[in-house]
Amino acid sequence: MSINFDSALGLHPDALRIRSQRAEMLSSNITNADTPNYKARDIDFKDALKMASSGQPNNIKTTHANHFSTSGGQFSSLDVKYRTVLQDSLDGNTVDEQVEHTQFMENSVKYQASLSFLGAKFKDLLTAVRGD
Amino acid sequence: MSLFNIFDIAGSGMSAQSLRLNTTASNLANVDSVSSSIDETYRARHPVFATVLNDAYSKQGMQVGGVEVRGLVESTASIRKEYMPSHPLADTEGYVYHSNVDPIIEMANMMSASRSYQNNVEIANTSKQLLLRTLQLGQ
Repeated sequence: MSINFDSALGLHPDALRIRSQRAEMLSSNITNADTPNYKARDIDFKDALKMASSGQPNNIKTTHANHFSTSGGQFSSLDVKYRTVLQDSLDGNTVDEQVEHTQFMENSVKYQASLSFLGAKFKDLLTAVRGD
Repeated sequence: MSLFNIFDIAGSGMSAQSLRLNTTASNLANVDSVSSSIDETYRARHPVFATVLNDAYSKQGMQVGGVEVRGLVESTASIRKEYMPSHPLADTEGYVYHSNVDPIIEMANMMSASRSYQNNVEIANTSKQLLLRTLQLGQ
């Protein structure tokens, strides 16, 4: 029996990556809060995680055993959705600072949660290796 | 690593907002400026913000980006002229021209710019914490 990192670590590395990409997107929204005609965007985390863990959409077909698998890879532009506005603004900007801010905070807390899960997984592996 | 890009994004936001604060300061300082001709009169300036969709940012089809200042536009609000023959800057007909800065607009702009700046600082801070926590992974 060999240790397979993909199965040992589970969803957490994917979750962590999507969380960090979502953080980037949300920070882009907040930074552009005063840009005319900027449309706020967000990622559907559930879909992105499902896509990343199954590796479905961007999965390049492997025809040889030595080909690298692209599963658990990047998400396509389809996952990025525009935010629905609660209140229109004159300059065509759809960033709601309060919404973006709470989403960013929630995202960073969940990032830290994923981080501790991943840390615990590594601790488990170390325990398994050391055997004590 | 996406979290590092946040520093670029938040940094661009901070510099754009500080430029906005700069123009506001310039406008407010010139609120009472007068001149002797309508062409030389100080006009309120406002920055135009635009999103930078950098290739480095928009990899993987994810269109994210910082903000940049495209330029400054001068306000087209009408310039008030006042009859002050004793003023040293009065023209031949005795008029001086006041700048078209609206202090209320400028104060609102100032508050908005400082709030947005603070938001960007907070984002950079949060990202820094997340990165530091990531560095400690597995320890």
